[in-house]
Amino acid sequence: MIPRTVDQLVAAARGGERRATARLLTMVERGGEPAAEVASTTWSHVGVAGTDTHVVGVTGPPGSGKSTLVAAWLTALAAEGRRPAVLAVDPSSPLTGGAILGDRVRMAEASAAGVFIRSMATRGHAGGLALAVPGMIRVLELAGFDPVVVETVGVGQVEVDVTSTTDTCLVVVTPGMGDAVQANKAGLLEVADLFAVNKSDRPDAADVRRDLELMLDLSDLTGHRRPGMVDRPAVVSTTATTGVGVGDLSAAVDAHRDALVAGGTLQERRRQRWQAEVRSHLDERLRRVVDGAVAGLEPSDRAPYDVAAALSRGWDRGAEAGR
Amino acid sequence: MKEASPSEGHGNPIRIVLAKLGLDGHDRGLKVVARMLRDAGMEVVYLGLRQTTETIIEAVEQEDADVVGISMLNAGHLTLGPRMVAALADAGLDVPVVVGGIVPDEDLPAMSAAGVAGVLGPGASADEVVACVRAACRP
Repeated sequence: MIPRTVDQLVAAARGGERRATARLLTMVERGGEPAAEVASTTWSHVGVAGTDTHVVGVTGPPGSGKSTLVAAWLTALAAEGRRPAVLAVDPSSPLTGGAILGDRVRMAEASAAGVFIRSMATRGHAGGLALAVPGMIRVLELAGFDPVVVETVGVGQVEVDVTSTTDTCLVVVTPGMGDAVQANKAGLLEVADLFAVNKSDRPDAADVRRDLELMLDLSDLTGHRRPGMVDRPAVVSTTATTGVGVGDLSAAVDAHRDALVAGGTLQERRRQRWQAEVRSHLDERLRRVVDGAVAGLEPSDRAPYDVAAALSRGWDRGAEAGR
Repeated sequence: MKEASPSEGHGNPIRIVLAKLGLDGHDRGLKVVARMLRDAGMEVVYLGLRQTTETIIEAVEQEDADVVGISMLNAGHLTLGPRMVAALADAGLDVPVVVGGIVPDEDLPAMSAAGVAGVLGPGASADEVVACVRAACRP
């Protein structure tokens, strides 16, 4: 079989061919020259003008039911005639680079309903996502999927990459995650646009709701909001395994998008997403430079701080020169 | 329909879809294999129990997988192994199939003739499992 060019793949993906979309996703994920070609081609098609595709991040602790909830929600959307896709991220082993990507196990029904599901590993990237995620979102936009959902690895408190990669960030929490002090710590909870209290059939689910609402009351009191936050985040109770609350969740996600559009903040979020993407590629390049600089270094009479200062001399001028 | 041949290397791990094809509730072996492949640096898309050729093909397509591993302990290998190979070919997917399960030696020629790229029996070591999958990816 003759390999298809990027332009041919893009045309096929836009025409609804899932295999072409999958191949473009692989090219972006693998990086290097082919990824650069796909990146510039997809940017010219859907990046410059932007699309109406709603990009939704779903995050939360391991075992909170993210996959099951996303599957139930997207299955319902597909039944309504929408074309949802999901990028499901699981962790790579830091030692071998291998990964077990298990999200499809909980998404069999969604797959049967026509939801496009792509599993991916973090491939050494911290922060709950993988470096290739923004580029892969753009491929899915190109292929006409809407919404595009990004499900992060199970995260704790500080992995907030997803907020700078998506339009709307849904945080899934469950009973038994801790008390009100946990809810008021800085990090993931303060950047949520929406909360789902999943496994809400459990007896202590009401406590979680109360703690979240109190946490949000305090946010109202101090006036502290993530920049571009449109409204007080909604808290929706769900039981993903039975479908209870999934309709409410779906409506809340759509309402958040409408609020972003009405408030004029969608464009601001997209500007932030663009900057975050440039930043992550810069971070990756810098990381390789740093890895090279550190390789082979041995302890000496100079302090680590001084070694770093000497090695990085002139770096800031390099960034200025590239503008 | 491979736009690039699977060349394993840094940042380019083998992606394998692992599934139990058909009605067979014993997935311990498959889970062990998944772990062996993970620890060899592969990305394992795990589908689990009660899959059909259709659900596996859907996953191979969307995941752009390099290879499929199916497991069966119900003596269905002579039916289901070749059926999986044929279904992939019918779908235009040039993706090798590795079968794990209780496969008697006398069935091996038939499996091979039907296009099954590799067969793994009980007691296969991690090295054997990994080598079999790697070999299937590079015919």
